[in-house]
Amino acid sequence: MPLLRLEAVSRDFDVSRPWLNRVIEREPRRILRAVDRVDLEVEKGETLALVGESGCGKSTVARLIVGLYAPSEGRIAFHGRRMQMIFQDPYASLNPRWRVRDIVAEPIVILGLQEKPSIRRRVSDLLVQVGLSADDGEKYPHEFSGGQRQRISIARALAGEPDLLLCDEPTSALDVSVQAQILNLMTDLQRRLSLTYVFISHNLAVVSQVADRVGVMYLGRVVELGNASSLFAHPRHPYTRMLLDAVPDLQMSGKPRTPVAGEVPNPLEPPPGCVFHPRCPHANERCRVERPAVIDSVACHAVEEGRI
Amino acid sequence: MILEVQDLRVEFPSRRGTLVALDAVSFGIKPGEVLGVVGESGAGKSMTGLAVIGLLERPGRIAGGEVRLEGRRIDNLPHEEMRKVRGRKIGVVFQDPLTSLNPLYTIGQQLVETITTHLPLTRNQGRERAISLLKEVGIPGAEARLHHYPHQFSGGMRQRVVIALAIAAEPALIIADEPTTALDVSIQAQIIALLKRLAQTRGTAVMLITHDMGVIAETSHRVAVMYAGRIVEVGPVRDVIHAPRHPYTVGLMGSIPRIASRKTRLVQIDGAMPRLNAIPRGCAFNPRCPKRFERCFADRPDLLPAGTSEAACWLHAPAAA
Repeated sequence: MPLLRLEAVSRDFDVSRPWLNRVIEREPRRILRAVDRVDLEVEKGETLALVGESGCGKSTVARLIVGLYAPSEGRIAFHGRRMQMIFQDPYASLNPRWRVRDIVAEPIVILGLQEKPSIRRRVSDLLVQVGLSADDGEKYPHEFSGGQRQRISIARALAGEPDLLLCDEPTSALDVSVQAQILNLMTDLQRRLSLTYVFISHNLAVVSQVADRVGVMYLGRVVELGNASSLFAHPRHPYTRMLLDAVPDLQMSGKPRTPVAGEVPNPLEPPPGCVFHPRCPHANERCRVERPAVIDSVACHAVEEGRI
Repeated sequence: MILEVQDLRVEFPSRRGTLVALDAVSFGIKPGEVLGVVGESGAGKSMTGLAVIGLLERPGRIAGGEVRLEGRRIDNLPHEEMRKVRGRKIGVVFQDPLTSLNPLYTIGQQLVETITTHLPLTRNQGRERAISLLKEVGIPGAEARLHHYPHQFSGGMRQRVVIALAIAAEPALIIADEPTTALDVSIQAQIIALLKRLAQTRGTAVMLITHDMGVIAETSHRVAVMYAGRIVEVGPVRDVIHAPRHPYTVGLMGSIPRIASRKTRLVQIDGAMPRLNAIPRGCAFNPRCPKRFERCFADRPDLLPAGTSEAACWLHAPAAA
């Protein structure tokens, strides 16, 4: 039984104008479907990464999983006790008026995980575990750099002894050398504590370093889902290929690349059929009218028909 | 050389003494050349750009060195004259296109105003030129788009408009500060290609400031790596990427995640860049450097020849010294 399962989960947002405007200007209600029938499973001990460009719905999926949003349709089943979240901005996610030891202790206190006298020791252990020192507990968040703050966020998340950790762009606000420290720390912690991660990122290179499995999202849908090794070595969906092609080539191998064209369409008026068809070099009539089903982890007519 | 910067020093006087934000920064950019300036936050890369265009925020000031544009010294020009140089000779592209565009005017009005202010053209000629600029930066339906306001464009298209504005007066130099950082990866690739093409076809010198080594690999001819207010390594982009000479560059290159078909452990530089008020004696990188030795704690290294590049590191000092 997977630790977490999403079955055909959708989430709609009502972005209509106020009632009076709608009546006077005869506008219909406008519904934005941010997540569109997403199926996902997360096994214990693995890292599932969701990757995509802004507005693809990856953060909404994270918020659906932790229950910050309720799904409009579909079902989410979680077979664990607790989950915790690590946010992108380590400046906004730590209370500036609290000492670090109180920030880290909060989940322990609220969940009643430890007897009062042992909380202090547990907090010190957690701080050491994420590469800070026990004395850092006495300080306030502003005394730390961005990378150190993200370590505090991780310590706080671990304090709740979660079965699942949701990381929404945990390194996007960090410099690259600090990002390497945090990614390495997350990998080490996973190995040591057999953690399960759902890792949300727009950065394919980061995802390829941490993920066991990867879901590629586009306009609210998962268009390709697969083992990280095969997905990065042999991307199948045209959108995955395009994304991989767009990543700047640090090797400077001068390999030819297909130029990226177009932009993500307005999610209020998603194209009919396959949502990627206006940008897809392989689109045909069927793609323009029929929504591709997920077959063998890829939602693409061209792949299914063997055209690419 | 279009741009020559020699021994540039920028200071911020503060109550607790003077902070040195840039120290002994020297570089040049040739026509048609893209110089990438890379570094982590606080390394001084944006500060270098601002110092060149004379837009340092007070109390920051240029405390030494000189900046020459097409041979003419511009760092000591009076305010009004520098404003003209900026408009006519230097185009600037910032990270957030919305800060460079006025939300109350159509992009046509903004383009035509820029063009007619700096070039001897009538409004009609200016309009023609605006249309051709929009076409050049790849905006479809350029003629109709002139009447649109900035909010009616997507992020990528807005950045194209800003680039059109930057090249409107045919500047000799474009300074692009994180021009693709706010954009999605597929849009980023398009903007990179555009900047590269403009430098090539127009012979404009481009100073591309970014934290993203991948963007530099794609666009630049040479790259300058900054750390704690100084250039620590400068050289042809291929050499700096494949054979970095400064231990900081080595660590930086290793810490960049690459598309890998399996999980790997990234090279890690422990610690963080020092704050401006706590730059260590000797080489500023010495607390984090795996290869430090006695001299690194005592003397600050200047750029020394290292292969085809230059690196500010005592490892490259001639053996006799």
